[in-house]
Amino acid sequence: MNASEAILIVAVTALCTQLTRAIPFLLFGGKKEVPGFVTYLGGILPPAIMVILVLYCVRNTGWTAFPFGLPELLGILAVALLHIWKRNNLLSIGGGTALYMILVQFVFR
Amino acid sequence: MRSEIKYAFVRTVPVLLGYLFLGIAFGLLLEKAGYHAVWAFFISLFVYAGSMQFVLVNFLSGGTGLITAAVMTLLINSRHAFYGLSFIEKFKKMGKLRPYMIFSLTDETYSLLCAERAPKDLDENKVMFWIAVLNHSYWILGSVLGSVLGQLITFNTSGIDFAMTALFVVIFIEQWYTYASHVPVYVGAASGIASLLWFGPDNFILPALLLTVTVLMLLRPKLDGRKGEEAH
Repeated sequence: MNASEAILIVAVTALCTQLTRAIPFLLFGGKKEVPGFVTYLGGILPPAIMVILVLYCVRNTGWTAFPFGLPELLGILAVALLHIWKRNNLLSIGGGTALYMILVQFVFR
Repeated sequence: MRSEIKYAFVRTVPVLLGYLFLGIAFGLLLEKAGYHAVWAFFISLFVYAGSMQFVLVNFLSGGTGLITAAVMTLLINSRHAFYGLSFIEKFKKMGKLRPYMIFSLTDETYSLLCAERAPKDLDENKVMFWIAVLNHSYWILGSVLGSVLGQLITFNTSGIDFAMTALFVVIFIEQWYTYASHVPVYVGAASGIASLLWFGPDNFILPALLLTVTVLMLLRPKLDGRKGEEAH
């Protein structure tokens, strides 16, 4: 990817991000009522999207050959357990990432 | 003026820590993908969306089409559209500051602004503005720092991209606690895995997102009454 293609991708991402933030003010900035299905999707979509994003992160993991996705599974498990235990974002992300790095660099080589 | 900044700074300290940490992770990843500090600065200045910027690194290192990038951004950030709904009235009173307030409404800024009850002797609009500006600057600072560190660091950084997975897992668990119904999670997981098997790793995300929205719309009569989101 050359620099101008990269700038284009960044610009599209920036514009679309801004669009999502500006939409409620553009559509409902007046006194218009918010449609029911919008409120419904708003309440229900975020956790579904987050699961898909986790899958997106592990989409290229090879589950059928060594190391059978073990670093990913153990890393995710560590993040989850740390987070359920302490609910501290930095600890969960930092600890899980450190474990994953150790696993891919030293254990499952 | 100064007391508003001071007050806003104290309020934003937790975000300072979080944004510096995640910003550094983002800067490191971006650097690893071959994009240096100037890129980190401008991306964090103009895009300013935490989880989306991690996905953007993937766009930049692989050949993602513009349409895919656009649709993914719209869907991943769609939650921001719902944040704005709570601030339509409040931001109206902010005049010239309004466009910036809309621009900078990230997850963290949103949650701070929701909880904000500024003391009476301070100008509430200025407090909200400084909260937004400070958070934005922490994010930019963190990502540039990460990028510079990435150039200096000599140890083996392979596996550091797992920070993005970890971030999503953490957000997911927080949402799991907040939401009364877990049906959307199952729908998302099933759609995601089905699409992954059917379309393969390179093309699965759009069908997965669209399938999820469709199924959730079909389930609306069942789920809407129960309110997916608990009052908080």
